[in-house]
Amino acid sequence: MLGKTAGGLFWMFRYLERCEYVARLVEAGLRLSLTRPHAASDEWASVIETASAREAYLARNEAFGQADVVDFLLRDADNGSSVLSCLTTSRTNARLVRTALTREVWEATNECWMTVTGLLKHRIAERELPGALNTIRRQVQLVKGALHGTMLRNDIYNFARIGTFVERADNTARILDVKYYVLLPSTLPVGSAYDNVQWENILRSVSAHRSFRHIHGNETSAAAIANFLILDGRMPRSLAFCYGKINENLGSLETEYGERHPCHQQASDTLAKLRGQDINAVFERGLHEYIGEFIQQNNALGFRIEADYRINE
Amino acid sequence: MSPPPAFFNEMENPDGSTREPYRAYSDWFTGEDMARLKRKSAEAEAFFRRTGITFNVYGQQEATERLIPFDIVPRIISAAEWHRLERGIEQRVRAINAFLHDIYHRQEILRAGRVPVKLIAGNEAFLPEMIGVSPPGGIYTHIVGIDLVRTGPHEFFVLEDNARTPSGVSYMLENRETMMQMFPELFTRNRVRDVARYPRDLANSLAAAAPDKCDGKPVICVLTPGIFNSAYFEHSFLADQMGVELVEGHDLRVVDGRIAMRTTRGYKPVDVMYRRVDDDFLDPLVFNPQSMLGVPGIMDVYRSGGITIANAPGTGIADDKAIYSYMPEIVEFYTGEKPLLPNVETWRCSEPDALKYVLENLADLVVKEVHGSGGYGMLVGPAASRKEIADFRRKLEAKPGNYIAQPTLALSTAPILTAKGLAPRHLDLRPFVLVSPNKITITPGGLTRVALKKGSLVVNSSQGGGTKDTWVLEG
Repeated sequence: MLGKTAGGLFWMFRYLERCEYVARLVEAGLRLSLTRPHAASDEWASVIETASAREAYLARNEAFGQADVVDFLLRDADNGSSVLSCLTTSRTNARLVRTALTREVWEATNECWMTVTGLLKHRIAERELPGALNTIRRQVQLVKGALHGTMLRNDIYNFARIGTFVERADNTARILDVKYYVLLPSTLPVGSAYDNVQWENILRSVSAHRSFRHIHGNETSAAAIANFLILDGRMPRSLAFCYGKINENLGSLETEYGERHPCHQQASDTLAKLRGQDINAVFERGLHEYIGEFIQQNNALGFRIEADYRINE
Repeated sequence: MSPPPAFFNEMENPDGSTREPYRAYSDWFTGEDMARLKRKSAEAEAFFRRTGITFNVYGQQEATERLIPFDIVPRIISAAEWHRLERGIEQRVRAINAFLHDIYHRQEILRAGRVPVKLIAGNEAFLPEMIGVSPPGGIYTHIVGIDLVRTGPHEFFVLEDNARTPSGVSYMLENRETMMQMFPELFTRNRVRDVARYPRDLANSLAAAAPDKCDGKPVICVLTPGIFNSAYFEHSFLADQMGVELVEGHDLRVVDGRIAMRTTRGYKPVDVMYRRVDDDFLDPLVFNPQSMLGVPGIMDVYRSGGITIANAPGTGIADDKAIYSYMPEIVEFYTGEKPLLPNVETWRCSEPDALKYVLENLADLVVKEVHGSGGYGMLVGPAASRKEIADFRRKLEAKPGNYIAQPTLALSTAPILTAKGLAPRHLDLRPFVLVSPNKITITPGGLTRVALKKGSLVVNSSQGGGTKDTWVLEG
């Protein structure tokens, strides 16, 4: 496979994952603004923060009003991480690697892009927002479904999956990076309404509010949530899960190519650390520092993979 | 004013009866419901858009992707008609290859005075770098598209030879796929010759022209300028159909005297490159130094027999519009036969007498730029306004050598489906030819381009033309 093709697949699926993430952030923000209107402005500010877009946003907006934030996150062409930009970049990469994709995956990608660009042609009115977010999520899922259903499990698939999980790990970590203070031992009485709403919002941002309840019932604690998002290998957006998948796919490449690279060691070191970790130890060391370090390592792994597989030169 | 010419209609005889090749289709059509056909037509468009069969349009603010309109009424050619075309095309393609070999070696045709020396020497399409170079297998034009027009039952003319990088073959294939999806019943009623072999034929044909340095199964790649090129869809389509890598210049470099592509497992040599990048951009060390699309050093590798480039650099000298007018002489010179397919009468504006005639008759002629393509920068006299003609006259007088002129041909028509039912529109035909050291393969069919505007004679997609599925019936 061409190095360029590996890169195209990696970035196609990174951006597809990011698109879903941004849409989910908007969904969680919207939910919070409906249930706790007076906290909404702070919440939108933190959503922008979580999307790593504070500077870009403030360059043209003064306040964090819902309509402006939503528009910026969904439609702004100058915001490289808006839903529209993500899907356009994802599709451009798909065109680049068209020969590596099945017809089903390409058509789903193209249709996703056509549908969502059509949908986002104009500002989305508040009452249309839930429907629009639903369409975006469904279109992205169709691409993923086509990938699972029709692609050979070979190096092409591996690079697509590695892109997905490097991005997903980054996304989950960013939520924790911005919201870590909500999970710290609080001065407010535990179980206060504030905590509950914030905690639920974190879980919603990773589509895990239901699955968390399945496992933990109504017994919520900051430590349990942090554990769920960082260390629980069953939760498909946890850091441990993502690194399990990254290692699995890098492992397949190692077998197929008969070559082990520095990226393999890096990825397995990170996984070992996640697996041997106890959440209380994370809190003792400092949740924020822990997450900051993870984000850096995850970025470094992305660069390492690009170098090891001659994606760039 | 002369009376409006009667155009040859591919489907209907002058007496209103149906021409033989269209009989079965016509019977089927009579039983069809217009509403259903219109729905099918819309379905086809949605299908093309979803599949991404688009082309990028030049000269617009944003790089937009557009569809080439597809008409659901096929263009049908009988076995006998096709047989005659095949013989003529094969003769012409052999002559083009022989001409290219000669022009880059002994130049017998110039010595014999059959083609003027200045036409070659002063021509940008002639590459001095190719003098004395013998491409692997002796093939210059591996892939050729011959543009044909028709004016009567037996009157076919060659309008243009495409010997550089003819495009449109993906439409030939996708149009057929679409027709079979939408109207399977038509293919049981008509015995239409298959075109789907083309990608396999192409891969075999390219492999057969591999260089001596290739050991084992030839590694083929398609070189594209990138995703913003107007024909990118076709490049990726062909690579995909052949099962070979689609590369850009920056994926390639010279390694140990071969061209190699950067893969996830290191550099891997390439034997045959089907390039869709123009000569000028192929090697910044030899041609345009600004080019980012090519591979520095590829010409050295090529000259030392390390890679096959298809089509060979410098083939443009054979399809240059100024050379075109000499094609009858060229065919005769190399084959010893009269051309089976005639040229369209052509005035070379570089010649004073011809220029005088052209200037006097601008309103009746089609004037083309010698180096132009895609229907840009041409004048269609009968369709042009007085101002357009006056403007063009100034350009022509300033640089007469840049232009050739041809009569406005009474191009044949075939019906397209319009809101009001079938209506005749002008069309042309581009059959695709593959040349390998052991044989010439002509795919039975080709790209039929059709002007969608009533009365229009310009069929280029960049000028609002559409395409049709092209059927060659079994004999």
